Amino acid sequence: MSAAWIDTLLGRLAARDVHLREEPAPGLAPARLFTAKTDDWGALAHETRNLECRWVAGFGEDAGDYILMNTVFEKDGAYLVARTQVKRAMPFLPSHTPYYPGADRPERHIQDMLGVAFTNHPDPRRWTRHQAWRDADCPLRKDFPVAGRMTGPTPPDDTYKFLYAQGAGVYEIPVGPIHAGTIEPGHFRFQAVGETVLNLEEHLGYTHKGIEKIAEGRDADGLARLASRVSGDSTVAHAWAACMAMERAAGIDVPARALYLRAIMSERERVANHLGDIGMVLNDVAFTFGFYQFSRLREDWQRLSREALGHRFMMDRVVPGGVAANLTDQMAIAMQAQIAAMRPEIENLMGIADDTASVEDRLVTTGYLAPETAKAYGALGYVGKASGHGFDARRNAPYAPYDQLHVEVPVYQYGDVAARVKVRAQEVLISFGLLDKLLTSLPDSPLRANWKTPAAGAEGLGIVESWRGEIVTYVRFGADGKIARFFPRDPSWTTWQGLEKCIRDNIVPDFPVCNKSINGSYSGHDL
Amino acid sequence: MLRILAKIQKIGIVTEPLPKIDEPVLQQVGEQLKAKVGELFGGSLAIRQVDAGSCNGCELEINALGNPYYGIERFGVHFVASPRHADMLLVTGPVSRHMEAALKRAYDATPEPKLVIAVGECGACGGEFGVSYASCGAVANVVPVDGVIRGCPPTPLDLMRGILEAIGKFQAKRP
Ligand code: SF4
Repeated sequence: MSAAWIDTLLGRLAARDVHLREEPAPGLAPARLFTAKTDDWGALAHETRNLECRWVAGFGEDAGDYILMNTVFEKDGAYLVARTQVKRAMPFLPSHTPYYPGADRPERHIQDMLGVAFTNHPDPRRWTRHQAWRDADCPLRKDFPVAGRMTGPTPPDDTYKFLYAQGAGVYEIPVGPIHAGTIEPGHFRFQAVGETVLNLEEHLGYTHKGIEKIAEGRDADGLARLASRVSGDSTVAHAWAACMAMERAAGIDVPARALYLRAIMSERERVANHLGDIGMVLNDVAFTFGFYQFSRLREDWQRLSREALGHRFMMDRVVPGGVAANLTDQMAIAMQAQIAAMRPEIENLMGIADDTASVEDRLVTTGYLAPETAKAYGALGYVGKASGHGFDARRNAPYAPYDQLHVEVPVYQYGDVAARVKVRAQEVLISFGLLDKLLTSLPDSPLRANWKTPAAGAEGLGIVESWRGEIVTYVRFGADGKIARFFPRDPSWTTWQGLEKCIRDNIVPDFPVCNKSINGSYSGHDL
Repeated sequence: MLRILAKIQKIGIVTEPLPKIDEPVLQQVGEQLKAKVGELFGGSLAIRQVDAGSCNGCELEINALGNPYYGIERFGVHFVASPRHADMLLVTGPVSRHMEAALKRAYDATPEPKLVIAVGECGACGGEFGVSYASCGAVANVVPVDGVIRGCPPTPLDLMRGILEAIGKFQAKRP
């Protein structure tokens, strides 16, 4: 981790007569907080882009006469939070999207939720808002009632303006919001010629549940429960990121055993999801043998999670100040035995899949996401790693206990479905190694530190590597230890746009396997 | 191919026996389910699952019903792509307001007589999300519901039990 680039950035900005001011923000550390003038917001993104910083997250907050706007940047494992304020009465701000295509939807989300207008945004269409609130309403403004202002049934959203294709033989396929299988809802609009996809446009937001709004006024425990349900498949990681943010805001040190148990649960979550999804990808290319084998392994894995930690997904086991589950020595041994038994099985099964021509034929070169496209969107997790970008918070910006561990990160340049599957299979084996180390050196300590009510206005940032990639969660406390602002940035924001691009020139029947190989969270994105 | 066959032979059928936790009852629940499905649905119960705004936790457990441990298809239960082919809707929620119209359309498209089960704490009562500008809360706030399966998320076995219980009510609904 090196923050040397921040000085370079400040120097380059100063040369343009743009001056950032560093502010003390202990809860955001190790990230550093800088404030900027509203008019300089575009120049800031221009220079961070020139320095090849990653655009990590953007979020706003109603602060009365002003709306506070934040963007998080990262480079070399060091994070910078840039902040500016726009007048509530005149909420205009230069967009970051011209420099970072990945900022497109986050900015439109802010526009829909807080009523900030991004002046040179290339696509001012609404994003998260469908028909549940009016254009003039902004759910995240404090004067908007949590119950909303609409009565009666919500009309279907049939006025969203999709891109339109014309020409001989071009046809459209509208899919969703309810999809064919047991999966989350969203809308996909394909334009195709014959079997070939010309373009895919996503319309998400169907699972928007008002998470950011209903977080307000909760206590720390209540926020952890909500964070556990931002995306059920990532319950451990989201709860960890939210608790880390709250603990930093409150200045609480988490006991060593609790940190180890969090990491054990987080690695178990990673393995469970990777196993399940590898099986699903194989199912989508009609290799049902692989599907049944991997779903069997996933089930075995989840059963031991339940036996050892009391829940198949370990939901609500990460709590403010520590954890709400302990691991007996006997269960730690059972976990190690399971790993020892599964490791050769996975190697064997991946060998079989690799040797099966029909699988290879369907996965290799399918759904190619070019490294430069992945970079433009800041693609995280296995999607980034399969397309040349190996950012992994456990290694690049390590948090305890990963600061004590060596985390290997597989990276490929092929960018296809096969590469994404390969990264995931390797990550399973790497997680096995990490689990072995964590289980053999599990320290003795209390499981939970006493909670201390943070001062009003205290803020915190939690950064955790979930199985999908880096989660960045912002929390601010108001009076009486109640939450004033919660924003969890799921890594899916960075990969949904990749799906749109990777499907081009593929055949329509390959869409399910491309989608599964990326497996963005709808719920984690729609909030 | 030989390696595949070797693997299949080595693993065998994992569906039975099931010694861990609460699974000794799986076979029992499964057999009852099969008998009821045989009696009431000609041996085949078609379910359309609708995620009306869930966190995806419930979906993972519903998907687990298809893994070789539970293998719910062996009891005559299968998941279909269209509500028009379904006897039952298995709905997770809270129902987001953005899914309200889609859920109603799926309900209307399901032929009578039909059964609707609300799955999970969220489907049953709104769960952590409740009712807000963005959420209608419980499934019953949007479409008529015949049964609920609680849990966050309900385990695959809870789901099987809940389905069994709900089809018991189907008798009453039949013309
Ligand atoms: S019941 Fe629990 S697992 Fe199911 S959707 Fe609600 S929060 Fe998620």
